Amino acid sequence: MAISIKNTRARYGLAAISLHWLMALIIIGMYPLGLYIDSLGYYDAAYKTVPHWHKSIGMVLLALLVVRLLWHSISIKPKVLSHSAVQKRVVKLAHSSLYILMFVALLSGYMISTADGRAIAVFNWFEVPALPAVIDEQEDVAGLIHYWVTTSLIILAGAHALAALKHHFINKDKTLSRMLVSTGRA
Amino acid sequence: MKMQMKSLIAGAVLAGATFSTSALYAADYVIDNKDAHASINFRVSHLGYSWLQGRFNKFEGQFSFDEANPAASTATVNISTKSVDSNHAERDKHIRSDDFLDVSKFPSAKFESTAFNMNDDGSAVMTGNFTLHGVTKPIEIAVSKLGEGDDPWGGYRSGFTGTTEFKMKDFGITKNLGPASETVYLELHVEGIRQ
Repeated sequence: MAISIKNTRARYGLAAISLHWLMALIIIGMYPLGLYIDSLGYYDAAYKTVPHWHKSIGMVLLALLVVRLLWHSISIKPKVLSHSAVQKRVVKLAHSSLYILMFVALLSGYMISTADGRAIAVFNWFEVPALPAVIDEQEDVAGLIHYWVTTSLIILAGAHALAALKHHFINKDKTLSRMLVSTGRA
Repeated sequence: MKMQMKSLIAGAVLAGATFSTSALYAADYVIDNKDAHASINFRVSHLGYSWLQGRFNKFEGQFSFDEANPAASTATVNISTKSVDSNHAERDKHIRSDDFLDVSKFPSAKFESTAFNMNDDGSAVMTGNFTLHGVTKPIEIAVSKLGEGDDPWGGYRSGFTGTTEFKMKDFGITKNLGPASETVYLELHVEGIRQ
């Protein structure tokens, strides 16, 4: 059975699945890329290009997140396959936290680069203009937030992956497989 | 255009007033940071090909100057290191980090004069202790006086410029930007309001 674009009560649709895995891969790549940028010295050849990529990809992620949240808000939500009410609440909280952390990570990154009014050039393709800075030394504060929020995001995403694997291999339910396209069973 | 002419004339009148006022005596001045008639600028060579120009936006200080007894002149300036501004947020973030100013550990830099020697031609050298990055070293600032006199708002002002230079590594900043970029050149424009 072909999977529909839209979600059903039983499983995620193609749109949600594509957005989920595309963003997951990009975010998992962006974290070490950010740490690598932090380690670069002034005379490294990558000193200019890698931050440019990181910022460009970040702006693409922001666009994807907006699309994802819009899609999420108009979509049917597949049933949470947890047992207790407490567990369901924890799942909801964890998923909301992932969205919030993604948003704050992207916003804080944007606020570092645009603190002086400079736009962000996205792959030299178009520019995302700067908004007025909101605080003094915004680049420092935003930089600190960016580091801790992205680190939290990666840790929570790791827990999210472990939870999915636990559902798949221990509970043997469809939590993970309904977020994949390969199984026609759902 | 009309406005420009007007301010040019006003400027000329002001300049005339400044030169005609010769009531010179020992006085204490506060550096006019409130209305930003003073600036602390620095430049560092970029790769040896051009100058990177920046400044510190927050500082305060005072000086005393006596035309009749210049040797008695003194000056103290406190600079907020985190106010560094090179017109590029990402670079400012780097300059504030522990690679350079390490502003969380060393939030202020300070100059305290110890001597002032004025030559006949009006040029002068102010010697003092400069504290930067937690290291205190004597430095010499080449000073020249621009003028002094009444301002249009009932006050009395005097202004100086000063230049000096130092090597970053002398103040424990070991991050090396290359052989062309080891020296920081400071240019100070100071206007004081007499107290």
